Amino acid sequence: MDIQSIHPLVIFFAAITTNNILLTNFLGMCSFLAVSKDLKSSLGLGVAVIFVSTFTAPLNWLAYHKLLVPFGLEYLQYIVFIIVIAAFTQIIEMIIERVSTLLYLTLGIFLPLITVNCAIFGCVLFLVIRQYTFMQSIAYGLGAGTGWALAIAALAGIRTRMEKKSKVIAELEGPGIALIITGIMAMAFIGFSGIVKIN
Amino acid sequence: MSAGPVKGVAALKRMLWEENPVIGQILGICSALAVTNLVKNTLVMCLGLIFTLMMSCFTVSLLRNVIPRQVRMIIQVLVIAAYVIVIKIILDAYLPEISNELGPYVGLIITNCIVMGRTEGYAMNNKPGDAILDGIGAGIGYSLVLLPISMIREPLGLGTFFGMQLLPPDWTKWNMMVIAPSGFFALATFIWFVKAFKASEGKR
Repeated sequence: MDIQSIHPLVIFFAAITTNNILLTNFLGMCSFLAVSKDLKSSLGLGVAVIFVSTFTAPLNWLAYHKLLVPFGLEYLQYIVFIIVIAAFTQIIEMIIERVSTLLYLTLGIFLPLITVNCAIFGCVLFLVIRQYTFMQSIAYGLGAGTGWALAIAALAGIRTRMEKKSKVIAELEGPGIALIITGIMAMAFIGFSGIVKIN
Repeated sequence: MSAGPVKGVAALKRMLWEENPVIGQILGICSALAVTNLVKNTLVMCLGLIFTLMMSCFTVSLLRNVIPRQVRMIIQVLVIAAYVIVIKIILDAYLPEISNELGPYVGLIITNCIVMGRTEGYAMNNKPGDAILDGIGAGIGYSLVLLPISMIREPLGLGTFFGMQLLPPDWTKWNMMVIAPSGFFALATFIWFVKAFKASEGKR
């Protein structure tokens, strides 16, 4: 099927479930494991990722299709994407700092982390490789961010409960057990396959 | 890094085992999970990462006295991105199929935390010679984790090794091993073994 004819809404749901950027593409694992110890900061980071990916996806689509392709500079894509993401997070951080201290404390502190979050960068690379249209790239950015936030919130919830109630083998504590839980979550998400498919 | 300035070959060696970036610091596991279902792709990825680490550590170390403190992160990312573009162009030219299969993961070397971790944590404060060794060490340490995992996943999942038939054709393929969840399980098990081994070594 022609990828450009898929409805953006389908892409949005597929990005959350069957093509979850964390559970099927393993992107954004570093901050996922480091932050998921605590539900509150996981949610903060999750919201920040949704926000940034929703905006950087269409911005980078514009940069790629309206700037790089016409001038034949596709090979510079990585540098341009990184600069767009870094500049965007920097500007948003400054705006948030001015507008609301509360929002800055909950969301702003995560923004510098996001510049090098592979989920954001990977999402941009996917939308170029899969040749999405502009609307589809907005939907994909939003969906990928939401899927990531969902996964990190779920893992944080499980980890906080587990710490109180269960005994974990000493060698598996920390990242080891988190990886196993994520694996089980990824298996559960395979249950979604067949509902929607985008690649 | 809490340890004092480590120089020369010692900088390379510690990355292989004691401070292995994947096992010890849990860095760079995005690609560790994604590419390890085929040995060939893993090998290409490892070589790419070793090259990027080596060159960007060297470059950042050379520039360390010129880079203003406030913008050092973005400069580091740009240096890394430049080398990754080189890798991408080489792969596209000589190994187009692999480049296609790896898809976005070649580009994702840029956001691989190992590279940023080494340039920020070591190359910014050390001489170019040491920085190169440190970079190579981190790259090899990464490969030492990825290659064994891929060597388990590919034969069990597809019955092949490096694309060649390894197990008899009537081998029941463990489809599980090449899809996403097993990546998590394989890495977790690997970390478990290494930590258990380290613990038993410590007791002796």
